Amino acid sequence: MKHFIPYHQLPDEGIPDSVAVYGPGIRSWHWMSALMVVVLCLTGYFIGVPPPSVLGDTSSLYVMGWIRFFHLSSGYLLTILAVMRVWLIFVEKGITYHLFVPAIWRAEWLDGFMRQIRWNLLMVSRPRRYVGLNPLAGTAMLLLFVLPTCVTIITGFAMYAEVSGHDSWQYWLFGWVTSIFGNTMDLHVIHRLAMWLIVFFSFIHVYISVREDILSRQTMISSMLSGERQFRR
Amino acid sequence: MGGKTTFYEVVRQRGISRRDFLGFCAMTATYLGLGPDGAGILAHAMQTKPRIPVLWLHGLECTCCSESFLRSGHPLATDIVMSMISLDYDDTIMAAAGDQAEAIISDIIRDYRGAYILAVEGNIPLANDGMACIVGGRPFKHQFDEAAKHAKAIIAWGTCASSGCVQAAKPNPTKATPVHKLVQHVPVINVPGCPPIAEVMTGVISYILTYDRMPELDNQLRPKMFYSQRVHDKCYRRAHFDAGQFVEQWDDEGARQGWCLYKMGCRGPTTYNACASIGWNENTSFPIKSGHGCIGCSEEGFWDRGPFYERLPDMHQWGVESNADKVAAIGAAALGVAVTAQLGATVVQRVFRKRKPEEQAEHKEPTE
Ligand code: HEM
Ligand code: SF4
Repeated sequence: MKHFIPYHQLPDEGIPDSVAVYGPGIRSWHWMSALMVVVLCLTGYFIGVPPPSVLGDTSSLYVMGWIRFFHLSSGYLLTILAVMRVWLIFVEKGITYHLFVPAIWRAEWLDGFMRQIRWNLLMVSRPRRYVGLNPLAGTAMLLLFVLPTCVTIITGFAMYAEVSGHDSWQYWLFGWVTSIFGNTMDLHVIHRLAMWLIVFFSFIHVYISVREDILSRQTMISSMLSGERQFRR
Repeated sequence: MGGKTTFYEVVRQRGISRRDFLGFCAMTATYLGLGPDGAGILAHAMQTKPRIPVLWLHGLECTCCSESFLRSGHPLATDIVMSMISLDYDDTIMAAAGDQAEAIISDIIRDYRGAYILAVEGNIPLANDGMACIVGGRPFKHQFDEAAKHAKAIIAWGTCASSGCVQAAKPNPTKATPVHKLVQHVPVINVPGCPPIAEVMTGVISYILTYDRMPELDNQLRPKMFYSQRVHDKCYRRAHFDAGQFVEQWDDEGARQGWCLYKMGCRGPTTYNACASIGWNENTSFPIKSGHGCIGCSEEGFWDRGPFYERLPDMHQWGVESNADKVAAIGAAALGVAVTAQLGATVVQRVFRKRKPEEQAEHKEPTE
């Protein structure tokens, strides 16, 4: 990857060359996960608070059944995608690990973090440009997306273990989660709270992406489509 | 009391016919999932092995476990359970009282050291030196410790003994502590439920007698044969759950039709118990069959997971009555305000800045 330095802030003046930041793996991971998250949040919401009762012949209806089926199967896909995302760190290299490890030990990172906060509070008039994720974005993604997703996956499979029984592989792998809580109701509450964090993240993420695309002199949305970050004045 | 009698001799003395006895063995073998020859093995053990004495102690509890016993279950089971347990010591239903009764405990501990089963109903309050529960003039903790030390196994009977129940609900003023937290070297079997199902008791005792080992337990020390499935897994209203047909109000059409009680707060999906298969009062009914959701009475801390009539439990961490969705709504409102403020400010700033001549100039710079 051309001129790649982690969290590198680009010079404020001029127009740097565009950089290939996202490989095909990351891009397809991004959009597929986005779809899965939408499906999971919608179906998950309805698992906890089901839609109004349907009238009709019980034997021919399967509303909750389908909701749960789509939830559980997209839960599997999301998990596979998450594993793939970790694997991509080693395959596509470059900035791919930024999502998981914010470089808090680097002066440039901290400076960028503070600068991004002030930028979002409209205290700075000229935004910085970065090769990879900006430090604030990386932190938000880690705290509001990566961690809650891990929580939903762990609690999700722990609840799955309840459904599939004590002799299933899900129980074998995730049964320990149920022993931490004793009452598995807590799993549902934690899973649901994590969902709300992910929902908040999704809104912030879309809003900030559009905003940065317009204001921050670099491409955002098209980068995730083409893989290239282009810079403007 | 007396010598090495068998369970069979005892039940026969109590006027139970051999036919009923064999019926009991067949039923218990079925509950235990022992397979086709289980009943025979069980009957054989009951007739040949010396009976296991059972001490039944009452700690901090409401006696609902004993009550459920006395008036429920298969009549056969009740009789046999009673013969099994009331023989030795159970202060609620035994004839002896006072010193005479207390002497029985020390006799059993002396005569059957390491061979008797201790059933504990209720739990042990530790606050204020255990003053919240006094038995025979002493804190229950003392009586419990003495009896527990030399037992072959301890059956923690009911949710009180297994996980604390209402007296251990937050803030647990008497520091009521479940049995398994106070015992180190003796195996503990938790039989939660408020009250638990009587057949589980006979099942566990019969199993220990027959095979001379503990039944298989799960990670919360509950016998797997009774607690490995959720009420939801065996519930006869499950078809309505899958179909998406829910009772929305206690008096609506769905309630009359017997639809799923999920939206009315049913805790069946997170409750491990055999109610839906064994049932109560000679399998007459169980809560869901009577039109009321499961309140999760066999689960740890179920009193702190209320309200019982709402699907999402309250989260007391926030100090006020609140649940996951209400917390999220507050977060959403905050987020909405923040985004609107930032958007508004950005627009104002841009409009305002456009007017400044030097900025204008900068914008007009030709792009190369
Ligand atoms: C973006 C990720 C996810 C979100 C937002 C999400 C959301 C939800 C929500 C809100 C519920 C209902 C909780 C309740 O109130 O009872 C739920 C239930 C559940 N989720 Fe997820 N979930 C996610 C990922 C997963 C994953 C990865 C799995 C694992 C396969 C999973 C498995 C389950 C299971 C088994 C249930 C319980 C279903 C039931 O009780 O019938 N979820 N989910
Ligand atoms: S009534 Fe309760 S246990 Fe039965 S299907 Fe509905 S939610 Fe599950």
